[in-house]
Amino acid sequence: MAKKTKNFSRRDFLKTSGVATGALIGGSLLGGLIGYNANNSKTSPTETKSGEHKQEAALNKGRMFFTNDREFQILANATERIFPKDDLGPGAIDLGVPYFIDNQLAGQYGSNSKEYMQGPFASGAPTQGYQSNLTRAEIFKQAVAKLESEAQTRFKNGFSKIEAEQMDEILTAFQKDEVPMKGVSSAFFFRLLRAATLEGAYADPIYNGNNNMDGWRMKGFPGHQAAYINVIESDEFQKIEPKSIGSMH
Amino acid sequence: MVKTLPKVDVVTVGVGWTGGIIAAECTKAGLKVVGLERGQERGTEDFSMVHDEYRYAIRYELMQNLSKETITFRNNRKMPALPMRQMGSFLLGEGLGGSGTHWNGQTWRFLPYDFQIKTMTEKKYGPNKLSNDYILQDWGLTYDQLEPYFDKFEKTAGISGENNNPHWGERSSDYPTPPMKKTHILKKFESAATKLGYHPFMMPSANLSEPYTNPDGAQINACQYCGFCERFGCEYGAKTSPEVTVVPTARKTGKFDVRFHANVVEVLKSGNKVTGVRYVDTLTGEEFIQPAEVVVLTSYVFNNTKLLMVSKIGEQYNPDTGKGTLGRNYCYQILPGATGFFDDQYNTFMGAGALGMAIDDFNGDSFDHSNLDFIHGGNISITQTGSRPIASNVALPDTPTWGAEFKKQSIHNFTRTLSVGAQGASISHKENYLSLDGTYKDAYGVPLLQLTYNFTKQDIALHKFISEKSGEIMKEMGAKTVVNRGAIDQYDIVPYQTTHNTGGTVMSLTPEEGVVNNYLQHWDAENLFVVGAGNFAHNGGYNPTGTVGALAYRAAEGVIKYSKTSGSLV
Ligand SMILES: Cc1cc2nc3c(=O)[nH]c(=O)nc-3n(C[C@H](O)[C@H](O)[C@H](O)COP(=O)(O)OP(=O)(O)OC[C@H]3O[C@@H](n4cnc5c(N)ncnc54)[C@H](O)[C@@H]3O)c2cc1C
Ligand code: SF4
Repeated sequence: MAKKTKNFSRRDFLKTSGVATGALIGGSLLGGLIGYNANNSKTSPTETKSGEHKQEAALNKGRMFFTNDREFQILANATERIFPKDDLGPGAIDLGVPYFIDNQLAGQYGSNSKEYMQGPFASGAPTQGYQSNLTRAEIFKQAVAKLESEAQTRFKNGFSKIEAEQMDEILTAFQKDEVPMKGVSSAFFFRLLRAATLEGAYADPIYNGNNNMDGWRMKGFPGHQAAYINVIESDEFQKIEPKSIGSMH
Repeated sequence: MVKTLPKVDVVTVGVGWTGGIIAAECTKAGLKVVGLERGQERGTEDFSMVHDEYRYAIRYELMQNLSKETITFRNNRKMPALPMRQMGSFLLGEGLGGSGTHWNGQTWRFLPYDFQIKTMTEKKYGPNKLSNDYILQDWGLTYDQLEPYFDKFEKTAGISGENNNPHWGERSSDYPTPPMKKTHILKKFESAATKLGYHPFMMPSANLSEPYTNPDGAQINACQYCGFCERFGCEYGAKTSPEVTVVPTARKTGKFDVRFHANVVEVLKSGNKVTGVRYVDTLTGEEFIQPAEVVVLTSYVFNNTKLLMVSKIGEQYNPDTGKGTLGRNYCYQILPGATGFFDDQYNTFMGAGALGMAIDDFNGDSFDHSNLDFIHGGNISITQTGSRPIASNVALPDTPTWGAEFKKQSIHNFTRTLSVGAQGASISHKENYLSLDGTYKDAYGVPLLQLTYNFTKQDIALHKFISEKSGEIMKEMGAKTVVNRGAIDQYDIVPYQTTHNTGGTVMSLTPEEGVVNNYLQHWDAENLFVVGAGNFAHNGGYNPTGTVGALAYRAAEGVIKYSKTSGSLV
């Protein structure tokens, strides 16, 4: 009982603080907490009784890598263009993808700790793969600054303040390798960003993306199910409510 | 500094399928075996939260830590070789069970044609079917000679299958367990293939259809079709792997000691024998010498080759002169196929690693190649291994790879696309080989292995032909749009293709043709055995491990024989 009350007051706080932060940022696309709140509005098709669970999950999120909100919002807005909100359901921001990527950059993924990082470094042929001496954390940090400076150069505005089509123009330039970067190509960063966005949309929610398992819901993927032995021979398509491995304890 | 340990009968380098089989057989025969495994201990209890695509399938939790060791790669001799810094094209194993922990379990016997490929190809098509840039050789052992060992491996693993494929070799007994369940998706393939006049059958599987106790007393459970199989360990103990079969069998004898975090850096040789191995404890940095009567290399294709090269055992292949056999015959596989787009939804996310149906009507020499510019072919199959959302984002060709349209299509297609594909055979070529890298080193100061590899004309022709056949099946299955896989050109080490690397330590009838004899005993060092897909003279049209397992049983017999008689076994 006590726990419930606590949840309630947390939720109230969240709503207020969300709106407040939103006003402060004033970007064309809302990120982080705000996006999450928007998703929670009464019109959202994903609003279910598990909504409370969602609240809890969002509250426990935080930045572990980016130190300032401006950089975090640039990342957030870029991921949203890759995986936009539409009539099928939430986009990258509502799914928590920016938190997923930020948190991953703070760990093994960001420091490439399971990868061969000895020199000498050479750029090599595309068939030889990743040859940068930079870690993913360094690449993302540099690329976020580049997204911002490209927005300033092209549109005299911050990346988070430009129109969606203008963001797309910049991201396309990255994809086509037209943006000079140091120690890595912009095309490589783009592929990294695209992959990380999909990972954040569809990884188990224990990684702070795929909020409320809505990424899975859109795709009809049931997440962690113990077994399909009882339905594997069925000729009918099976619609199954998804489960996270976080539900196991 | 280096501490020398008490001598043992047998030491294996690595404890995956090959190391585990050697350990089980040798300990049962009374020999004392030490297994040096550079990864960690693991087993069924570690897989209770394994249904995590991101950790296991995307970030490769169970696989080799490349920060310690990788290989270098180039497409041809003119290019500088650069390190494979991230895993991609193939996924190397590490830890107890090796890749056998996270394999799919599709378990095949190579065809009679594979073992006598030179003789049979020349007999039917003459000596010039392929140019002499290709290296075609018989394996030094026929299918019939290897049959008892296939039988043994399948009984250890409890393979689930049905013997109704007209194209494979004679079997001395039926599969130990019945085939897996036939799903809606599989039935669609079956009826389409039958209509086209082919001979579909259930894929032989190490995800067992029912609980099974193997001849060594090891218990394997029934597969639950959980959909997290390939790249994952099995939380049910239902996927046959070394940790649930041969490793406990060896441990039960009290004669098997596995040492973890033990990275072997050298095989020690004196005269025409080896004396043991040198290894580093990767936790403490301490170095040890483990003396042994017999050394068995069971560290997969790449490290078996590398350890022989750095220990200067055998003559390295020289692509200029064609001399030397060590590192020669590196082969891979090529993956033709077709994707079909449907309106109906299918349970694509359910499945098991080896749940599938296949045809061999275009594998080996089961079809006439007289008017074709390639030999061999591939096993064409449909598998239902469990699609996962991070990896599976299918869109029609020419769709942007991101944004609204991509999102829409990739979500829509997740349960509405099916693929038919083949494992295309790969024939040795004189420019495809393994050597030692002159620049890059592993964490212990040992040179990395260097891979020089590219697709050949034979590969490109085979890929095109089989992709077309796959597309025809897909069309017959009723797909509204069929997209054949595009033509291959340069081999690219970035996208995942297959972990079916072969060659480098080829078996042969004569010392001139290979590195080991048909007991996998080294031609130049009688108490050294080298076991794995490295022994393949070319790569066939199936997954390799059924054949690797059979060869490991053959080698174990050789080690036991050798420990009684000494000398060459052939
Ligand atoms: C995702 C995936 C799916 C697969 N599916 C199938 C399938 O369906 N059917 C099939 O037939 N095959 C499949 N394979 C291939 C199959 O897993 C391998 O053929 C098989 O496991 C190889 O066994 P091995 O003993 O030769 O080598 P490994 O399993 O690689 O074992 C070698 C061991 O040696 C250790 N080692 C290496 N170097 C050293 C050293 N210097 N010192 C100490 N230890 C060392 C490694 O840590 C490793 O544990 C699959 C592979 C992968 C990655
Ligand atoms: S599909 Fe079957 S064999 Fe594979 S991991 Fe799941 S239960 Fe185990």
